[in-house]
Amino acid sequence: MKPMLKSAVAALMLTLAAGTVAQAATPKDTLVMAYVIDDIISLDPAEIYEISSSEYQANVYDHLVVLNVKDTTQILNRAAESWSVSPDGKTFTFKIRPGIKFQSGNELTANDAAFSLQRYVILDKSPAFILNQFGLTKDNAKEKIRAKDASTLEIELDKAYAPSFFLNCLTYTSSIVDQKLVMSHEQNGDLGNAWLKTNYAGSGPFFLKEWKPNESLLLTTNPTYWGGVPKIKRVLIRNVTESATQQLLLQKGDVDIARNITGDQLTALEKDKDVKLQAASKATLWYLGLNVKNPDLAKPEVRKALKYLIDYDGLANTLFKGVGKPHQTILPEGQLGASDAMPYKLDVEKAKELLKQAGLENGFSITMDTTNKTETMELAQAIQSSWAKAGVKLEIKPADNKQTLTKYRARQHDIYVGVWGSDYQDPHSNAEGFATNMDNSDNAKTKPLAWRNSWDIPDLTKEVYAARDEMDSSKRVAMYQDIQQKVLDNGPYVILFQQIETAAVKKNVDGFIVGPSFDLDLYHDVVKH
Amino acid sequence: MKASIRVIISVITTLLGLLIITFVIGRVLPVDPVLAVVGDHAPAELYARTRHEMGLDRPLWEQFWIYLSHVLRGDLGMSLRTSHPVLSDIASVFPATLELATAGTLIGIIFGVPAGVWAAVHQDRWQDHLVRFLGLFGYSVPIFWLGLMGLLLFYAELDWLPGPGRLDFGYEDMIEPVTGIMTIDTLISGDMELFKNALMHLILPASILGYYSLAYISRMTRSLMLGQLRQEYILTARVKGVSERLIIWRHAMRNIRVPLLTVIVLSYASLLEGSVLTETVFVWNGLGLYITNSLFSVDMTAVLGGTLVIGCVFIFINMLTDITYRVLDPRAR
Repeated sequence: MKPMLKSAVAALMLTLAAGTVAQAATPKDTLVMAYVIDDIISLDPAEIYEISSSEYQANVYDHLVVLNVKDTTQILNRAAESWSVSPDGKTFTFKIRPGIKFQSGNELTANDAAFSLQRYVILDKSPAFILNQFGLTKDNAKEKIRAKDASTLEIELDKAYAPSFFLNCLTYTSSIVDQKLVMSHEQNGDLGNAWLKTNYAGSGPFFLKEWKPNESLLLTTNPTYWGGVPKIKRVLIRNVTESATQQLLLQKGDVDIARNITGDQLTALEKDKDVKLQAASKATLWYLGLNVKNPDLAKPEVRKALKYLIDYDGLANTLFKGVGKPHQTILPEGQLGASDAMPYKLDVEKAKELLKQAGLENGFSITMDTTNKTETMELAQAIQSSWAKAGVKLEIKPADNKQTLTKYRARQHDIYVGVWGSDYQDPHSNAEGFATNMDNSDNAKTKPLAWRNSWDIPDLTKEVYAARDEMDSSKRVAMYQDIQQKVLDNGPYVILFQQIETAAVKKNVDGFIVGPSFDLDLYHDVVKH
Repeated sequence: MKASIRVIISVITTLLGLLIITFVIGRVLPVDPVLAVVGDHAPAELYARTRHEMGLDRPLWEQFWIYLSHVLRGDLGMSLRTSHPVLSDIASVFPATLELATAGTLIGIIFGVPAGVWAAVHQDRWQDHLVRFLGLFGYSVPIFWLGLMGLLLFYAELDWLPGPGRLDFGYEDMIEPVTGIMTIDTLISGDMELFKNALMHLILPASILGYYSLAYISRMTRSLMLGQLRQEYILTARVKGVSERLIIWRHAMRNIRVPLLTVIVLSYASLLEGSVLTETVFVWNGLGLYITNSLFSVDMTAVLGGTLVIGCVFIFINMLTDITYRVLDPRAR
């Protein structure tokens, strides 16, 4: 249905963009946004792990520390007024900012902060592993994460890590919930999880008024927010799944912001003088996973040849216009130590040469699993035709997203078209995903991307963990540069693009921030003229 | 007495069969529902624990038995996707579909029946061709295309009607759901501006669905009517000098009303399943969209719940039709 729908709409949008349309208007004090929010499965910060719920969490909860939107290698204090680390590097102490009030009227104290962080670990839902990395477990959480007094929080780690690594991780896992309120709804020792899944207990710039699953999220302004009361009174986030419909609503003035804009809509929107486009690179990469269990892909020359057989710039200007920009290393732009090296470009002769070295001068046949979404299918077809130039016969096997993913996780693919987002804005997130493989056997305990592609790399794995623990920041950067280079040369990944998120915003709306990660898309400064 | 026992048994077998088939389909799909919950990055222990919590490590029959015993207690389970009970999810989306389907079917009847009669009376003349062409068009054009064209024309270009949604987005939080049917809820609220807004929002999607149902109803009316007009009693009536209007609406209509009712009920029931495409285009949060989205997220509890509700609606409507038959047609009593 989608491709037909899209082309029909695209054609009509062009004719429409020229015509003048009468404007509907959204209420002056309300920001109305069209967005795909049907991925939300829970509103409990200790469970939130999806794109749009991460954004929700960033706007309604206070965090101990957050990343600076303008420079994500910097960390800002929020609910924590200051922090310090003990000389042995194991104990972090946070002073809690005084005078922060929850929606309930309760004061935010170090007890709430300790309770909130313990919840992540004890509930053991999707984000828990981020704190587990520091030796914080279900059994020791209450002892290691403690309030020394009402304004002092202490967290004791199992050993010394790079402070930037720990703080980067905290930016995602330090939403502070109202302990008294949450515990008043506790049932069967769930620390209030069942209740908080659909309710709210925070102190952020906005409060949750109502969540209608698959329909809308309504936020109201915190009238006494310590960091400055937002100018707008309400934010209505409306689930609109079709991009074409979002565009229509925006151009008619029924919404102020359309969030899920696709490349082919940009041309029409660029011409609209009532709309401005805001773009930001996200920490999400498009890549091909090459399973080295396949004897052809096991040859380094073949992997390199495939990297030379992609028209990166051509794709960036067509299919990925406004959605992605070329990027070839495993660390996305914006993260500590990220390299922007781009050694590969379409070079059919070089690829043929490499294939010849591998003894495959007549090419070979291979399969590729992709999700059946339009954009992925079109990408796969483009790759199919450019690989054919060097005699590589690609068979595309499209299926539902979860189906291909199930296959990928069991490493039963040859080639997989993957989209990978960093779990937190520290280089270790992607380094661990792409460049560690503790145990390459079929029943390994951890199965990162390197395992899924059967890439056995004991030495590189050690190097990644050493980089994680390096206390000296400049040395840490140098180590990540080296890791990126090694993956770039030999890794079983063809990294293609870094995702760009483009929001189409009405000209009369200022201050909306599209950040480098989904928990940095912020509404606090929004004003409507 | 015997008859009603037979009916009850057949209802139970139908619903049970429906559940078993949906359940098995959900479980044999080569898709991992655990992934839908924990996400792609989840570590192995979390994955294993969630799988256990979801009961997916038990034998299939046992999983089904657990589900069934909950259903019998009126508990349709929790949706994985929305973290809400499936029953309350369905209670909030079904009225939207009911409203749209009812309005659509009314439009289909009001225009479809007269159009079918008109075509039958003018068989093979231009009137007939026109009705048949419009019917064929309504039947063969994809409904989402009609919906988008409708939006572009009446909303974007002419500005006669409001855009997608059941109310202007800015108004949405002003209405407390009572019945869940927006036109009725706004009326209850007493705010005429809101009622007008809800009604205007209903016109376009209802007309599009109505056109679809009109296409079917007019075609069936035409052929039923043609069948009657060839009968001898019509000839007799004509010979006796009865006016043409009386012949059609009094004599012939009386004889086609039972099969016509079946046609209308079938068309209504199919709209009640929820028209996914119309609901998507018009951002109309109905049952069709709910079940489809749940299916994409491998939220089988929600899919099963939705299927069960549709099954019940079908059975209920069929029973209602049976009763109406008996009223309309003495031979069926």
